Amino acid sequence: MNLKPETLARIDEVIPHYASKRSATLPLLHLIQEDVGWISKEAIEWVAAKLELQPINVYEVVTFYPMFRQKPIGRRHIKVCRTLSCALMGGYKTCETFEKEFDTKMGEVSPDGEVTVEFVECLASCGTAPVVMIDDELHENVDSAKAKHLCGQIKAEASQRKT
Amino acid sequence: MIFKHIDEVGYTPDIDCYLRHGGYEILKNAVTRKPEELIDQVKKSGLRGRGGAGFPCGVKWGLVDRKSGKPIYLIVNADESEPGTFKDRYIIHQDPHQLIEGTMISCFANNVKQAYIYIRGEFPIGARILEQAIAEARRHNFVGPNILGTGYGCEIYVHRGAGAYICGEETGLIESLEGKRAYPRIKPPYFPAVLGLYQCPTIVNNVETLCHVKHIVEIGGEAYSKIGTPNNTGTRILCVSGHVRKPGYYEYEVGKITLGQLLYDVCGGPLPGRTFKAIIPGGSSAKVLKVGERYKGKRKVGAEMVDYDWGIEDVPMDFDSLAMIGSMGGSGGVIVMDDSVNMVEALANINAFYSHESCGQCTPCREGSLWMKKITSRMVYEEARAEDGALLKSVADQIAGRTICAFGEACSWPTQSFIAKFGDEFKGYSETKKQPKVPDSLELI
Repeated sequence: MNLKPETLARIDEVIPHYASKRSATLPLLHLIQEDVGWISKEAIEWVAAKLELQPINVYEVVTFYPMFRQKPIGRRHIKVCRTLSCALMGGYKTCETFEKEFDTKMGEVSPDGEVTVEFVECLASCGTAPVVMIDDELHENVDSAKAKHLCGQIKAEASQRKT
Repeated sequence: MIFKHIDEVGYTPDIDCYLRHGGYEILKNAVTRKPEELIDQVKKSGLRGRGGAGFPCGVKWGLVDRKSGKPIYLIVNADESEPGTFKDRYIIHQDPHQLIEGTMISCFANNVKQAYIYIRGEFPIGARILEQAIAEARRHNFVGPNILGTGYGCEIYVHRGAGAYICGEETGLIESLEGKRAYPRIKPPYFPAVLGLYQCPTIVNNVETLCHVKHIVEIGGEAYSKIGTPNNTGTRILCVSGHVRKPGYYEYEVGKITLGQLLYDVCGGPLPGRTFKAIIPGGSSAKVLKVGERYKGKRKVGAEMVDYDWGIEDVPMDFDSLAMIGSMGGSGGVIVMDDSVNMVEALANINAFYSHESCGQCTPCREGSLWMKKITSRMVYEEARAEDGALLKSVADQIAGRTICAFGEACSWPTQSFIAKFGDEFKGYSETKKQPKVPDSLELI
C-alpha cells in the first residue's frame, strides 16, 4: 500500500482510540478511501493485517456500508438525495440534470472523467430539499437551474486545470 | 432552549463563542455534585429520548449495570438518518459544544470514562467540527484525564459511520462501532445497559437528548418537567419538510402546539393552489395520517378520562397523542404531501429506501422489504393490478413483529398505513396511469 505519510500517522493515532483493534476498521477504511479514492483488494488485506483480522472481516464491512467503493470514481463525487422529502421537491429532476450535463449515467464515471453522479438515501437536510453533496460539501435547494450552475462551476474548474 | 443560538448571526462553533455565552458553567457546577443526584434530576425531568422511541432517559440510565466491575460506555447517537429528520445536523454544525457539555455531564453522572460520538458518514464536515470542538474542550480541561481538577477523567472520540441507516438502531450501532456489519443484536440478552459495547454496560443517547440533559441539570428536573405537557416534558425540535411554504426546524414545548398550528401558522400552509393530502408525523417509518380523517377516543387529562374527537389539525405534537391516533412522534420529522402526490408513487419511494437499508440479517425483513419495493416499482413502471394493495399488505403483515430489531416495523408501517388509508388509489392505479401525463409532473420513483 502506498499511503501518504499523514494518512499513516492518522491511522496510528486512531487505533488506540478503541479497546479492540477491530473497532478501527471503519476509520481506517475512511482514511484509505480519502487518500487513494477507493478500497482495493490490496487495501482490504492491508487493513486486515494492520488490525490482526482476517481479510474477510474487512471485506464484509466494505460490502455492507454503501459509502465504501471498490472501484475508482470521477474526480468529483456528486451525490443526489433520492429519499421522499427531496423527491417531493424535485430530486429526480435534479439528478437527471447532473446526468445530462455530464453526459453520464448514474453510478458511472462521466466520459470526461470529471464526475460520478449517484443517488443516495436521505442526507438529513430535508428542510432545504432537494439537496446534493459534492464531495464533502452539502448544497441546498438544488433545483435544475442550481444544478446547472454547479455543473458549470465544475466544468470551469476542469478547463482551468487543463490550461 | 436547544436551538437558542442556531442561525444566530455572529454565533460560531468555536469554544470562545460558547464560553462567551455562558458555556461549560453547567458542567463546572455538575462536577461539584453527586452523580446520583444528577441522575435523579434527569429521572424527575421526565425527559424522553428524542431519537425515535421516546424511551425515558432517566429509566435508561437506571437500567445500567453498575455492579459488573466493567467500564461503562456512553455513545452519542449522531447517526441522524430517519428520512424527514434534520435537527441534529444543526446542533453538530453550529453548536457542537452544547452537545459536548451535555455529553460530559451525562458521562460524569454515570461514571463513564470513555464516550464515543457515532456520527453518520454523510456528515464529514460535522465530524471535523466535533473533533475540533473536542480538542478545544480538552485544552480547557472540560474533556480529558482530570476534568476541572476533580480527578475525574473522561475521553470522547468521534467515530464515523459509512452510509448505513441501520446504524441508528442502538445495537446495530454498537456492532458497527466494534468494526463489524451493523447487524442489530437480539434483546434479551443484549440490552446495551448490560451487554453493550465490548459486552460492557453502555448508554446510547440521541444528540438532542444529551443537549436536554444540560438544561435539566441547569434548571433542575422538577422545573424542567413543568415545560411541555405531563409525560411529554421539555421542548422538542420539529423538522418539517415537503409541501409547505416554509419548511424548516422549529422548537416548541412538547404537546403545546397542534399539527394544524405547525402546518398553517408556523409553516405558512400549503403551496399556492394546493391542498394538504397526507402527513407523516414522525420520520418516514411513522404511519401516515390522512387529511380529513377523524380520531376519536378517551384520553387522560390530569386524573380524569375525557373524550376527544380530533381532526388531523387538532392533534397535539407529543409522543402520547400521536401514539393514540395510531402513529408516532418518532424522531420529530414531519413530511408533508399535497394533492399533487400520488400515494402509490410515494410508497414506491419509501419502499425503495427500506429495501436498500434492510441489513439483511432477518429473512422476513430482507425479503419482505425487497418484495414490497418490487411490487410498488412494478405498479409504477409496468403493470398495476387491482389486488396489489392486498398483496402489499400481506407482505407487510408478515414482517412486523418477526424480526430482531424495529426495522421490521419501520418498513411495514408505511405500507400498512398507506394501504389502509389510501387503498382506493392503489386499486385504481392502473386507471390513473392511463390518464395523459401532466407535463413536469412530480417524479417520486
